[in-house]
Amino acid sequence: MKWLSKSYVGAVLAFLYAPILVLIVFSFNQSKSRGAWTGFTFGWYQKLFTNQLIISALINTLIIAVVSSIVATILGTMAAIGISNMKRWMRGVVMNITYMPVINPEIVTGVSLMLLFVFIKNFGMKFDFGFLTLILAHITFNVPYVILNVLPKLRQMDSSLYEAAQDLGCSPLQAFLKVVIPEIMPGIVSGFLMAFTYSLDDFIISYFVSGATSQTLPIVIFSMTRRKVSPEINALSAIIFLVVLTVLLIVNLNDARMERENQAKVRARV
Amino acid sequence: MNSKSISAPYLLWMIVFILAPLLLVAYFAVTTPEGTLTMEYVSQVGEYTPVLTRSVWLAFVSTVICFLIAYPLAFIISRKSGAGQRSMIMLIMLPMWMNFLLRTYAWMTILEKNGLINRFLAHFGIGPLNMINTSGAVVLGMVYNYLPFMILPLYSIMVKIPDSLIEAAQDLGCNTRQVVTRVLFPLSVPGISSGVIMVFVPSVSTFIISRMLGGGGNLLIGDLIDLQFLGNAYNPHLGSAIALVLMVLILLCMSVTNQFGDEEKGGIL
Amino acid sequence: MKKFAALVIAAVAVLSLSVPAYAEVEVADESYYTRFQGQGKTLNVHNWGEYIADGSDDSLDVVKEFEELTGIQVNYTTFSTNEEVYARLRNGGANYDLLIPSDYMIARMIRENMLEKLDFSNIPNFRNINQSFLNPVFDPTGEYSVPYTWGTVGVIYNKEMVDEEDLGSWDLLWNEKYMGQILMFANPRDDFGIALKRLGYPMNPENTEQLAQATDELKKQKLLVQAYVMDEVFDKMIGGEAAIAPYYAGDAITMMVDNPNLDFFVPNEGTNRFVDAMVIPKGAKNKECAEMFINFLLEAEVGASNIEYIGYSSPNDAALAILPPEITENPVAYPPEDVIAKTEFWKDLSPELNLAVDDAWTELLSSDDQYSRWLVPVFLIVALGASITINVVRARRKRRERGMFGTNYPARRL
Repeated sequence: MKWLSKSYVGAVLAFLYAPILVLIVFSFNQSKSRGAWTGFTFGWYQKLFTNQLIISALINTLIIAVVSSIVATILGTMAAIGISNMKRWMRGVVMNITYMPVINPEIVTGVSLMLLFVFIKNFGMKFDFGFLTLILAHITFNVPYVILNVLPKLRQMDSSLYEAAQDLGCSPLQAFLKVVIPEIMPGIVSGFLMAFTYSLDDFIISYFVSGATSQTLPIVIFSMTRRKVSPEINALSAIIFLVVLTVLLIVNLNDARMERENQAKVRARV
Repeated sequence: MNSKSISAPYLLWMIVFILAPLLLVAYFAVTTPEGTLTMEYVSQVGEYTPVLTRSVWLAFVSTVICFLIAYPLAFIISRKSGAGQRSMIMLIMLPMWMNFLLRTYAWMTILEKNGLINRFLAHFGIGPLNMINTSGAVVLGMVYNYLPFMILPLYSIMVKIPDSLIEAAQDLGCNTRQVVTRVLFPLSVPGISSGVIMVFVPSVSTFIISRMLGGGGNLLIGDLIDLQFLGNAYNPHLGSAIALVLMVLILLCMSVTNQFGDEEKGGIL
Repeated sequence: MKKFAALVIAAVAVLSLSVPAYAEVEVADESYYTRFQGQGKTLNVHNWGEYIADGSDDSLDVVKEFEELTGIQVNYTTFSTNEEVYARLRNGGANYDLLIPSDYMIARMIRENMLEKLDFSNIPNFRNINQSFLNPVFDPTGEYSVPYTWGTVGVIYNKEMVDEEDLGSWDLLWNEKYMGQILMFANPRDDFGIALKRLGYPMNPENTEQLAQATDELKKQKLLVQAYVMDEVFDKMIGGEAAIAPYYAGDAITMMVDNPNLDFFVPNEGTNRFVDAMVIPKGAKNKECAEMFINFLLEAEVGASNIEYIGYSSPNDAALAILPPEITENPVAYPPEDVIAKTEFWKDLSPELNLAVDDAWTELLSSDDQYSRWLVPVFLIVALGASITINVVRARRKRRERGMFGTNYPARRL
């Protein structure tokens, strides 16, 4: 049985990693066209850094992801605190609406936001499709994830903690900052990370709300897949893959070490 | 935490950026460009029944395949040691950090007539197989992209099922099949229902995968919507009507799967 | 955080690495270009993908040169179909200053009053444009557009996969021998044009009857078609994925360089001759900068290097004068008179016909007999039924339990 389950896991992983392997291998291919292997080169990695189209899209993507996930985290954390204090029916209504961007197909969210921006524009507001609309859209689909991550932490928290802090002489604000926030911090952090990830990777919604001044990396990649993805993009994704892998490995090893230490402590006590 | 007003900015945001846009979609769906009420566009959606059917069918097939692949895998992972589980989950999440357009594009390289698989098979005198630009390739693209969304909820529910419960069932005389159907399966239903939603919804509405792997000759609902908003057909009113139908379709599917899901959660419809 | 680190590293590396060298372009009147220097102007240009020399393969980086010369910052974005441009303009979302769509779309935009009249006193290089391109069909008064490139549509085929006796006519695209090896355009005008021409009608349909016949032809052909593509055609033809594809002559030249097995012919029934031209949409914020960019693209050296890079035919006499003869005498790009004589330009269709073309196109792509048309309604009804049944059953069970314990069922938590 053991070998059976091992080879099953192996097969699924092979399926998941096959295309990534292809991407990385072809980032070293001399020929510009995929399919034919003509020789090994590091040239695409060099060219990547001088390709203005890719680099400016990359920078756009980063700025949008950072700004939108920070705003979404603040907005979402505040919302979660308010929601947890709402009456049941009110909470039901708000949560149902909050879930909409999560369960709705991205394309529906995308076109609905596009209609909204066009509508506002027709009412005489002066703005361009581009950075502003992209950031607004990204905040919109990010906030629900923050709320969904923070709410459970609030529920787990003992509400008497907050009162105790006030009894011990904290002002409400102090009690909030020193007691509540640290208590729900893990939820906020995971919400932020999730928002950031979604924002970096989003294509569909961005596609509908982007405009004349700025394109994000996924949009540039999309326009390339219609003709030929230049190997520079392969090189970029190979770099990203390596960095993500390293970070995950470090986090993982760190976790494992902490776990071992904890176990050692427990054993020592026994 | 004395006040609800702290959530006021979000409530405003929610109304402007979540509720209003959806209402606009509904409004566009039932009005003409001149602004008069009409059911013309909604009924016109009926003409695209083949497209709707194809989308639902392909998404359904992909969801089933995802489930069949993910269920044993999630179980295997959930029985591993702590470190083993962590590294497995990491390995499954890692591909999701790569841009999905690129990963799908890489599948083109693999599946093509002169692609890697066919070149490999040619060594054995087989082929060339016709894989790209078929419905099969579209299903493969969906399964590939959304498989982790099925594995993760299944894993997170199965990891809560203790080994002792399975052993107890075995001690009480269950054979393997009975353990699966009587113990494992009923306990993992909430994970299944959220996995099904997380795979079905993006599959039914995708508009890239069909274009890249399916050859662009057979539209899916997502393509149809794209065509109305940023494509040849340019008709936001019809596009909105299709989006509305798609939304209703999904909400209905959700309401069914949710019946099996986590009752305690509430809030979700 | 994970991706972030990678990106930051990349960004830092970029800033430190890129110290590009500029090859200065020779321009007719430098003071004309420098008058906006230092005013922080920006220009939003929207063009076809891969439709300007971008510095790769030792070409001129046109956008960068323009920025250097004028101090205007260019936001350069790309599109892949004429209809996408039209949609983005119509919904009013995007503020473009300069577009380079095709002839028939320009005609439609002129009719729908979406374009700005050009101020030709700002475009002195317009004199470089060949006489034959003045006041074209799509812009009869010549007030709205300046031609960028032109070309014909023909058939690209792989010599190893197609028999020579089958060549010569549009019929090749309907030849069952090549089932699954044929690519078609992913845009309605070109596909319907081809089908109409094959039926002996003009490429611009005159009535819905002709259009309906063409739709039937294309539906029959759909079984033979491997995929509907635009620029994906490059990869597929160069890689030998498909045997036959109708496409633009300029792109055929590019493909034939990469794969010597490819060849090109213009069908004897005649074909379409298209022009892609530069226009300024209504409401453009930087009209003068856009006109400056147009003028820059008309400079002999810039025009020549664009043509060298793109492979399309040039309407610019000054550019042609400095291009090498292997380009200007290539019969694919500059076909002989008898071929040109049989070409048709796209015309603007009436709004009704336009709508009919769009409908027929969607119909073509959604037609499929494999599935029963009842599946979705049945699916919906089953889902609805299941949802209701489960709710009823559950409600009953709850009531029973409540009866048993005599208390309210515990309230649901969020």
